[in-house]
Parts: sequence; structure tokens; C-alpha cells
Amino acid sequence: MRLKFLLLYLVISSGLNLYAQDYFPNNDGVNSKNTNYTVFKNAKIHVDSNTIIDNGMIAVREGKLTAVGKSIAIPKNSIVIDLKGKDVYPSFIEIYSDFGMKKPAKAGSGNGQPQYNASREGYYWNDHIRPETNALESFTFDKTEAEKFQKNGFGAVNTHLADGIMRGTGMLVSLNAEGSEGDRILKDKSANFLSFDKSVQSNQSYPTSIMGAMALLRQTYIDAAWYEKGNISTKDLALEALNRNSTLPQIFKTDNLLDQLRADTVGDEYGIQYLIFGSGNEFERIAEVKNTNATFIIPLDFPEAYDLENPFMANNVSLQDMKRWNQAPSNLMQLAKNNIPFILTTQNLKDEKKFRENLLKAISYGLDKKKALEALTTTPAKFLGEENKLGVIKQGAWANFLITSGDIFDKETVLFENWIQGQKVVLENMNTVNLEGKYSLAVDGKNYDLEITGKPNSPKAEVKLGDAKIKSKLSYTDTWMQILLSSPDSTKTEYTRLVAKVNDDVNKINGRAILSNGKETSFTVTKSLDKAKEKDKKEEDKNDSILPIVPLTYPNLAYGFKELPKQEDILFKNATVWTNTEKGILEKTDVLIKDGKIANIGTNLSAGKAKVIDASGKHLTTGIIDEHSHIGASAINEAGQNSSAEVSMEDVIDPTDINIYRNLAGGVTTIQLLHGSANPIGGRSAIMKLKWGENAEGMIFPDSPKFIKFALGENVKQANWDSKSRFPQTRMGVEQVFTDYFSQARDYETAKKTGNYRKDIEMETLVEILNGERFVSSHSYVQSEINMLMKVAESFDFRINTFTHILEGYKVADKMKEHGAGASTFSDWWAYKYEVKDAIPYNAAIMHNAGLTVAINSDDGEMSRRLNQEAAKSVKYGGISEEEAWKFVTLNPAKLLHLDNRVGSIEAGKDGDVVLWSGNPLSIYSKAEKTLIEGTVYFDIEKDKELRKEIAQQKNMLTGQMLTAKNGGAKTQSATKKEDQKMGCDTLVTY
Amino acid sequence: MKKIKIIYILGILIITSSLNAQQTPSPAQSEAVTIVGATAHIGNGEVIKNSLIIFENGILTQVLDATTTKMQYRGTIINAEGKHVYPGFIAPNTTLGLVEIASLRPTDDEDEIGEMLPHIRSLVAYNAESQIVESMRPNGVLIGEVVPRGGTISGTSSIVQFDAWNWEDAAIKIDNGLHINWPNSFKRGRWWLGEERGLKPNEKYPEDVLKLTQFFNNSRAYIAGDQKQENLPYKSMETVFTNGKKVFVHVDGEREIVDAIQFKKDQNLRDMVIVGGYDALKVADLIKAENIAVLSPRPHSTPNQDDEDYDYNYKLAKLLSDKGILVGLESSGQMERASTRNLPFYAGTVAANGMAKEDALKLITLNNAKILGIDDRLGTLEKGKDATLFISEGDALDMRTNKLTKAYIQGRELSLESHQTELYHRYSDKYENQKKE
Repeated sequence: MRLKFLLLYLVISSGLNLYAQDYFPNNDGVNSKNTNYTVFKNAKIHVDSNTIIDNGMIAVREGKLTAVGKSIAIPKNSIVIDLKGKDVYPSFIEIYSDFGMKKPAKAGSGNGQPQYNASREGYYWNDHIRPETNALESFTFDKTEAEKFQKNGFGAVNTHLADGIMRGTGMLVSLNAEGSEGDRILKDKSANFLSFDKSVQSNQSYPTSIMGAMALLRQTYIDAAWYEKGNISTKDLALEALNRNSTLPQIFKTDNLLDQLRADTVGDEYGIQYLIFGSGNEFERIAEVKNTNATFIIPLDFPEAYDLENPFMANNVSLQDMKRWNQAPSNLMQLAKNNIPFILTTQNLKDEKKFRENLLKAISYGLDKKKALEALTTTPAKFLGEENKLGVIKQGAWANFLITSGDIFDKETVLFENWIQGQKVVLENMNTVNLEGKYSLAVDGKNYDLEITGKPNSPKAEVKLGDAKIKSKLSYTDTWMQILLSSPDSTKTEYTRLVAKVNDDVNKINGRAILSNGKETSFTVTKSLDKAKEKDKKEEDKNDSILPIVPLTYPNLAYGFKELPKQEDILFKNATVWTNTEKGILEKTDVLIKDGKIANIGTNLSAGKAKVIDASGKHLTTGIIDEHSHIGASAINEAGQNSSAEVSMEDVIDPTDINIYRNLAGGVTTIQLLHGSANPIGGRSAIMKLKWGENAEGMIFPDSPKFIKFALGENVKQANWDSKSRFPQTRMGVEQVFTDYFSQARDYETAKKTGNYRKDIEMETLVEILNGERFVSSHSYVQSEINMLMKVAESFDFRINTFTHILEGYKVADKMKEHGAGASTFSDWWAYKYEVKDAIPYNAAIMHNAGLTVAINSDDGEMSRRLNQEAAKSVKYGGISEEEAWKFVTLNPAKLLHLDNRVGSIEAGKDGDVVLWSGNPLSIYSKAEKTLIEGTVYFDIEKDKELRKEIAQQKNMLTGQMLTAKNGGAKTQSATKKEDQKMGCDTLVTY
Repeated sequence: MKKIKIIYILGILIITSSLNAQQTPSPAQSEAVTIVGATAHIGNGEVIKNSLIIFENGILTQVLDATTTKMQYRGTIINAEGKHVYPGFIAPNTTLGLVEIASLRPTDDEDEIGEMLPHIRSLVAYNAESQIVESMRPNGVLIGEVVPRGGTISGTSSIVQFDAWNWEDAAIKIDNGLHINWPNSFKRGRWWLGEERGLKPNEKYPEDVLKLTQFFNNSRAYIAGDQKQENLPYKSMETVFTNGKKVFVHVDGEREIVDAIQFKKDQNLRDMVIVGGYDALKVADLIKAENIAVLSPRPHSTPNQDDEDYDYNYKLAKLLSDKGILVGLESSGQMERASTRNLPFYAGTVAANGMAKEDALKLITLNNAKILGIDDRLGTLEKGKDATLFISEGDALDMRTNKLTKAYIQGRELSLESHQTELYHRYSDKYENQKKE
């Protein structure tokens, strides 16, 4: 019995399978292949975004479009469907998804200690490089998910296993739920996927940072090329796969705007143009986005309004988040306007029903409908190499198309049917007779007024008897209409039930009525008016109206610039000028800044065309330079290995960090963004000018010398946290790490000279150090390790440029002097760990007196904005003269950074990086009033006051908009507070 | 095991050897001291340009204007012309003496386990020989409130002076305050579990507040009863209800502050102090109306939000004072113990951001003394108060000129040397001698 049932089921399902392969044996019954045509006529056919056939025809057979045109021959074996008044569009393509993928198994927690080596053999040394992954192996067709896509109009999905930095190949799948995998798999290797996120299948530590991920990608590409040339004797299945996948489209998933640009940077270096999964915030840096020349995959996801009803919560929402809510719906319009190609995706949408709502919202914010259609059809098709098969209505293409009630980008339009590979998926019955209108309803001797509104498949009724409203319920399915009428006396639980079959003619409907007393009779509904009320529509339009958009700023948060500030020629008159030269501190002196440089210093200088600023009673200095900073960065430490010379802080500059602005307000103009101290050999530095408003690249100090961070002591031996598996665990081991790496670097250089060598980014960096082309700034505390590092360097014939922190420098100042090292220290920090037990605030003074170049640094986003005060502490602790103390935060760090020929003093020819102070810059009572970089005013205390007012106004306006949105029924998110992440040497940013 | 033992012994050796560098506390004042000619910053907003200050047996006997008064000088006479005299600065809400090296657990005694710990007393763990405490004195910070951390009720603080052989001698006011960490209506996103970073609403907030209320109610009921069953936490609340012990509520958010003030009313607490009060400005009128004092956070910190004025933390104490609230400055936060010696510069920063200098000085002298309940003895240079004061070569609120020449606690002249100055001299001498060679 059971077997029979199963057999019957098989027959039915194979019967549905209309295009099983001819060469498959058939034991289910007789051959019953359906080769009939389905012909659609009288449709408005949107062939693609540019071509429309009015009153056109299409023919479908065996899943494909066999003919498309104004008038086509109708074969005899055709079923003809009239689509008069309806539109036909190509079904959409989802290019980014993990549809049908089995979740990868997470790696166990192991022994609780970090894992440094790969778990796999025969593959690349890093577990997060998995280009050999084949999505097909994890795929099962997911009917429930498929339905969601179908409802939104999608016909095909490009899916992949979203796991790892290199994620392997994805597959293109048809959403044809009726077919077999044989029908559905359109391409088993459709694209190669990448991201900056590590695999969950391995706990291998490296990389722990975004810059590490970037470095890893670079080295992998280099190694793959080296492997391809046959230079590696062992098998590496990952590199082989990567080389194999290189001809596929390369899709790169990112999570934010900065990462989008970072991904493109890496791609460009290896001649790869990624298709980049974007953030939806592209509008914030549209020029940079355009510059990538990439096509972007944009999630159709807009931020929800914040729930600001509770003012305590509301206080915590940042202007940045509020602005993004207000501006993000215009993002697609901006992309289109700037001719940046993009593809739309439903990925990231928490609720797939939002897809259409957001699409229409984007259009109401000015997105061109053609571009929208392209982004869902032709553009993704082209990238997948399927432009003749998908996303277009033409002969030979898959019969993937949508039947709609009209313009698909119109709010009122209903999606009726989504045909996928010739299989019909009904979303709404398109043959439903529209009941909308006003009627009179006659039953049981009474005449009711009946008004029906709403969409054809979900009408609503309102019934009145005279002026009295009668409670009613209308249901309308499958041509049957049922109305439940309450008694006019609302205290009674008596109902009249009406049922009628609706024909094409809705002017008069007759049916059967069952009265409250059980008697049956007939009723009649007669139409009096076609359209129901108009007022609803108006109300809806109001909700759709576009809110005033808050102006974009650079960066797009509080205190950003609406327009980037411009270089000016400025003459400061009558200032007390701290020159940092042999001229010392000059009273009542003029300084002229011209073309970004300091042009002249003197008295009674003529302004020419320069703007004159009266600086009487004020002090003018060169900008403060922080030798050791961690502001303006997305990550600080690559802690996954004991050497990370391959990573660069230039890769992770975050120009949106508010601390940049706050540093300007403290007179800081230049910083060295250093890698952290998680490992003996850290990463390369970024030397930055704090040009607030610029992009990451624009903040890099042009042609700045190369630096790298080293670290010693408790942090690198991981003494203060429970990590006991990584070498080194002692200061003895630290010496050997350096000796080992520099020995390797020397060997590498020898091999490099032969011409035949495997390029290694880490080794390249170390060779630069050996050759004096890259300078070392080493985190250091106790005298033993300071001495040790100098001796290691000397044994390899190079010098340590700077010891940073160097809190026991005062104990070995003579040895540092002999070695030629400089010192960059804290003014008065100590007692936070054992190795700073002997840190003393006199350190700077002693080292200075011993003849070292001494700087005072911050290593802290708070202290960095008060470095003038930190310098002043040297006057207190150790009696340094004010003039010399000031150099601790200006000229001396410039010297340590080999930039003293360009910044660090006020003399003609140097960069116009100056600060106007309200008084003596070392006094606690003084404030920076203007901070200039290369003649451009980046901070102005008066402008700051205006900005504060503007921020308050904008927040107020946006709060109003959000409250209105909430009252209008919009979904909201609870107010979350953006927390400033304080970055220091020890900061491990997991990403 | 052997290795651990060795490390342990080594640790003891190192710590004991370094303790030897502690300055020896001075004996009681035996002879009167007269300071002539200095600018006296009284600590209550007043200044005497050319002052005459006399103290005997540890008590100030005269603080006068030298230009208008003829007074017999007494005892040791110090000519301080061109110099400045200040009352010893008072550091509230510190963990001085409870932790020596932050990363070393054996040296850390600031946070006991448990949530409601009014019976936990900081004084008994206060290390009078701490090298960090010693380093306060050369900057003029001579008095401190020692406060336990952690839990909802962290425990009971005491006030100490910084020149003593042991905690008993150091104590100025024993068990002065109860410290409550007010629950937070936000909680941190557990990003390691995949939640978003940043703060989000804490649904358990009302429950957390209720627990605190219940603890107070239970304590009160217990004290009213026969107390046959010993309950140390409840019992230790008695002085809170008799107003012998001030209640310090560590609270920052606007909503939390309002709730804490309601709690004060509900519990009929006479004397409550807000510690921190980052958002206090938003509810300043309410705070003023309830006569609550605020220990404002150190100005050397960054605003909580991008949107806030870059100088919000610099000027917060000033803005609160302008509202008529009694405001002091505290120094908790990053590296709070070592950084407490910067207390004068915190006041200087407030002065740089709009407050009159002498008013800013009050933030760390008279106002802090009032808030801690020690203004009968400390906080100003006034006749009858403790001779706890110092002489500085210049303006003590500015790091350029904060250079102490003499300092006294209860009339005892104290050493301005420290572990740090000893290393300074030792290594300065090293290089001086090298130059001579």
C-alpha cells in the first residue's frame, strides 16, 4: 500500500518535470514530454531597460523563449494567454547570496590557546584562504527561501559559501522549484568570492586585523603566480584552485565604505577588478568610489529610523547615524548620477518584504527607473556571462519573466506571475475581477450601501445602512465572494451571510443569502460607481514625500566640512612667534604663509593679497607632531604572528575618526600612526597630516619616510594575558626573534640578487630596514631590552631610529647616544604594569641633558590633544627651558621622523603648518584658536562655535523627521550609543 | 611548582626592596612656622597678595594680609616673596594605596567580590607606604579619599593624609562615605557573541534599581529589629540612615541621575553626592534644587560622543558651578592612581575654559573638602584649620609653574622626595659624573 502511494507520487512529480533529459531511462510510465508552446500576447514587453515592445508577443517552450516580437507566428500546439493591459519584465537576478548553502561547521575552541598554524595539509599555509571551496558541495535547493526570492521577482540566484577570506567558487542557480538540480544549476562555477572576514572553520589567528587580511591577500596572489610557474615542489590545492578561478568574475564582500576602497586597492595591485559588495554609504565618498572603476553590489537596505520617543535614549544617537538614515535612500540616485555601475541585492535585508518598498523609495529619491531595472537584470547577467540567457526577454533566453499590472516601479503595481524556466509561479491571481467600486446591496428587504476598496486580490468592504455603519467582513478568493454582515443592533450576535460567484460582469452580482434566523434567500449587489474614495491615495502620497536631505559633509559626521577648506595666503601680524630655530621666541613678529609654505618672518611684512590676521597678544607656533599615535585608524594590531612586517597602517587609515578633529583643536598637525605592540616586529607606519575632511589617501604625509614599529617587553611576550603558546615568552626569546628574522632577511636579499626568488612582502620590509631605507620606532620600557635591541641592530649593521615610550631610557641614555637612537616618551605615565615601575617624569629631561633627541608622545587619543601641556611638564620635572620643552612636541619629533626639513619649525620654506594660540602654548590656560596645515585652516575656534549650533539644529530637525516617521508607522530601531573606541598600543581590534 | 615559588619569592624581594625608598613620615610639629610675603590662595576664592601665615601644633593660627597687619613672626620664618601658598589639594574618589601596579593582581586590593558590600572598608587595605601615594605630594596633592571599586554597593571609603607610617595614622576621617555604582540603563553589546558593539538599552535596569532599593529597605528593617541574627552588610548601613555616612552615587546618565535623586528622596537620605555625573548638566536644576553636590569627572578625558563639544569635559565643572551646584573635581579613569597627581592641572584646565582661577582652585580645595565632609579641618587657609598646605614657586594649577618648595601636613614638613626623584638624582649624577671624567 505504502509503496503504491510512493509510486503514484513519483509519477506525479516526474509528470511535472517537463524537460527531463531524453537520454534518461524512464520506468515510471510512458513518455509524456510536453513540447507545447505557451504564447503570451498583447503585453507591454520590457525586453531590457531600453527596449519596449507595446502589444508584443512571446512564445515559451521547454523553459526557453522561442520567439519575441510585435507579431510572431503562433504554432498550432500553443496555449495562448492574453496579457492585455499588463507588462512583462525579465525576472531579476540575485548576484550575491548564500542561498541553499549548508552552514560550515565551526572550529572547536581547541585548548583555549591561540592557534598559529594551519589545520590543513596540502593547502596554503593560512586556513582562511579557501579558493578550492566549491559551493556545489554545500548546496541543497531551499524551497522556502526560493519562494521569498520568487515573490520579489527573482528568477536566478548566484550563491556561494560565505566563509573565509578567499571563499572559492559560487554557483548560479535557477529558482525553478519544480525542476531538478539538472535544470536549476545554470553554472556550477559562476564566480570567485572573497572578503576580509576569516573562516569559521579554523581558529588560526592570522590575520587578526583588516591590514593583515590585506597583506595576506597580496602574498597569496604573489605565491599563486610563483606556484603557477612551477617553483613550488609541494602540492598546494588552494593555490591551484586560485589560479584556476582567476578567469571567473571576482566578487569581494565588504562591510563598510572604507573596506570597499581597501578591497579595490588590493585588487588594483594585482590587476584584478573586483565586483565589490558595497555598504550603501557610497554617497559619502562618491569621487573615491567612482575612482575605483568597479561595479558595486549594493544591498537594498536602508537604516531604520531610531526610536527617539524617549529623550534619554535619543541623546545617545549620533548625528552620523541620524544623517545616514536621512541620506541613505538617495545613495542609488547618486551612484546612477555619477555613472557608477551597480547591481542590487537583497542580501543584508532583515525582512525580504522590504525589498520592493526600498526599491520604490530609492526611485522616489531620484533613482532612474532604467538604471534600477538594469541593476536587477542586465548588469548582473553580464557579470555572470549570461547576458543572452538571463535578465532579458529575447529569443533563446530562459523563459524567466514577470507579469505585472503595470510599471514595475509604480507603487500600485501588482506582481502577478513570475515565470522561471517556463514554470509559472503565481504571486497574485491576475484574472481576478476587480470589485472596486460603490454598490447598493439588497437583501431581506433592506438596502445597504456597500463600498469596496483595495487591491483586486485583497479587497476591503465598508457597509452602511442609512447612516449607520454595519460591521462586515468581505472575503474574495477564487471568484467566490463572501460577505458577513452583523446585525444593525450591535448588541446582538446575529449575522447575515452572503455568498456569490463573481463573473466578469460586476455591475450586477446575484447570490445566496443565509439570514440570522437560518432562512435562505437571494441577494443582489448593483454597482453605482467605479472608483471608491480618493482620499486614501492622497494620504499615502504624503507619507511618500521625500524629506529634506541634510547636507553631506566631509567626513559625513559632526564637525565635517560641507566643502573641503581651501589653501589661503595668510599674514599673521604681531604674534609672539616660537620659531624653534636659533632665532628663538620672537615678540611682535609677522609670519606670512603663502602657497602652503611659510614664506616670510619679520616685522611690518606687507600682506599683498594675503588675508591678515591680527595676532597681537597671541602666540604662533609650528604644529604639534605626535610621534606615537593611534587615532584615525580602523585597526592597530596584527597580532596573529610574532612578525607582521608585511602589514601597513597606511592600509587602515580611518579619516572619519572624530579624534582627528579634536587633535586639530589641540594644535596637532602631524602624527605617526603606529602599529600596536602585540608582536616584536609590528607593522609599517602611516605618517599623516591631519587634513580633516580628506580621504584616507589624502591624509598620508606626502613622500614621508618609511617607518616600522617594533616592540619589546611584556606585551610581546604576552605577559599580561593568558597566552602561553606563542614564541617568545621571555625577553631572552625576543632577542632571538629579531636575530632570526634579520638573518632570514639577509638570506632573502642574497636570493633576490640572483633574480629567481619568491617575493615575500614581509622580507622586503625587513631588507629595507637592513639597508637603512626604513626606520625603526621601537616600543620599549626597561633598560635591558633597550640595550639588547641596539646590540642586535648593530650586529646587522643598522641603527634603531627611535625608542618610543622608552621609560627607562634615562638609565641607558649614554648607550643610546652612542648608538645614535632618539627617544620619544610619555611625560608622566607609570605604575600600570611591572615594566613601568621605574618610569619617572624626569626621563625626558635626563635624556635631553644627555644629548638625545627627545620627543613627548601620546599613545592616547585623549592625551594627544593636550601634548602642549605634556611638554610643559618637562619644565616642572627636570627644569627644561620653555623653548626646549616646546621642541619636545614639535621640532624633535620632526627630527625623529626625518621630516625636520619640512615641518617642525617656523622658518621660510617650511610647510605652512602653524597654530595660533591664545597665549603661551605651554601654559595650561592657552587654547589653540586656529590650526593650519599647508596654509589651509582645518580648525578655527570661531567656526567651531558655529558648527556646534548647526549640529544642534540638524539633530533637532532629524529628530523631528524620525518621530514623524515613527508616528507614520515606520519601523524603528532602538537608540544605540556609538562608543568611542579608545585605541592604544594594546588595542586588539577584532573585525 | 618550584618555578612559581621562586617567582613568588622574587616578587616579594623586589616589592620589599622598593618599599625601602619610601620617605620617612615627619614627626609632629614642634616649632611654629611663619611664612611671609607669599601670595596666599585661600581656597575659598580669596587671595592675599602679600600674606602672613603662621601655624603651630599643626593648626593655622594666623592668615593675614602682611601689608596691613603687624604681627610678631613666630618660630621658623620662611620668606616666600614671589611664591604662592595653597591649602593641600584634596583628591576625592581615588584608589590610591589600594593598588600598586595595575597589571599585577597580588598588588590589587580595590574590588571585592559581591554586589552589596557596605561592610567592605577601604581604610584597612590602604598602603600608607605606596610609591604612588608618595608621588602625589610634590604636586601639592596631600589628602585623598580612598574608595573601593566594583559591585553595586562597592563599600565604605575613608579619607587619609599622605604622610603616615600606617593606615591608622593616615586616617583623617574614617568610614566617611558609602559608594554606590548606580545601575546603567544601557549595556554594552557583547560583540564576541556577534552582537553589535556600542551601548544598547538594558532591559534589566529597573530590576537592578529595585535590588538596590530592596537592600536599603531590608537594612533599615534589620536595624529597626532586634538584630539577633548577625548581618554585617545590613548592620553597616546604620550610619547611612543616621546620616553619619555620606552616600556617594557614581552615576553618569541623565535618566540614571534623575532616578538616583528620586532614590535619595524615597530613602530620605540627607547627604548624597553625585560622582561622575557626565550628563548632570541636563538635569542641573533638579540637582541644584535637591542640594546635591557633584564630583565632576577629570577634564582630561574625551567626550563620550562624536557630536559633543570637543571641550565639553574641559568645561563641565564650570558649567555645573554656574548653575549654583557645589562642584568638586575627581580623577578616576584611565591610570587613575598615577594620574591623580595631575589634579591641580585638571583644575587649571577648567580655568582655561572659562572659570576664574580662584574658583577653579576651589574645585580641588574647599569644595572637595565640603563634599567629603572635612571642611571643618581642611580645604582652606583659615585660622583654626589644619596646617596642611604647600609653597609653590608659581601658579600651582599650571604645570610650568607647579614647583613645590615646601609642603606641610598638619604642620609637619614633609619630604618632597620620592622613589622617582631618587632615580632622577641617581641617574642625573651618573651622567654628570661621566661628563667630568
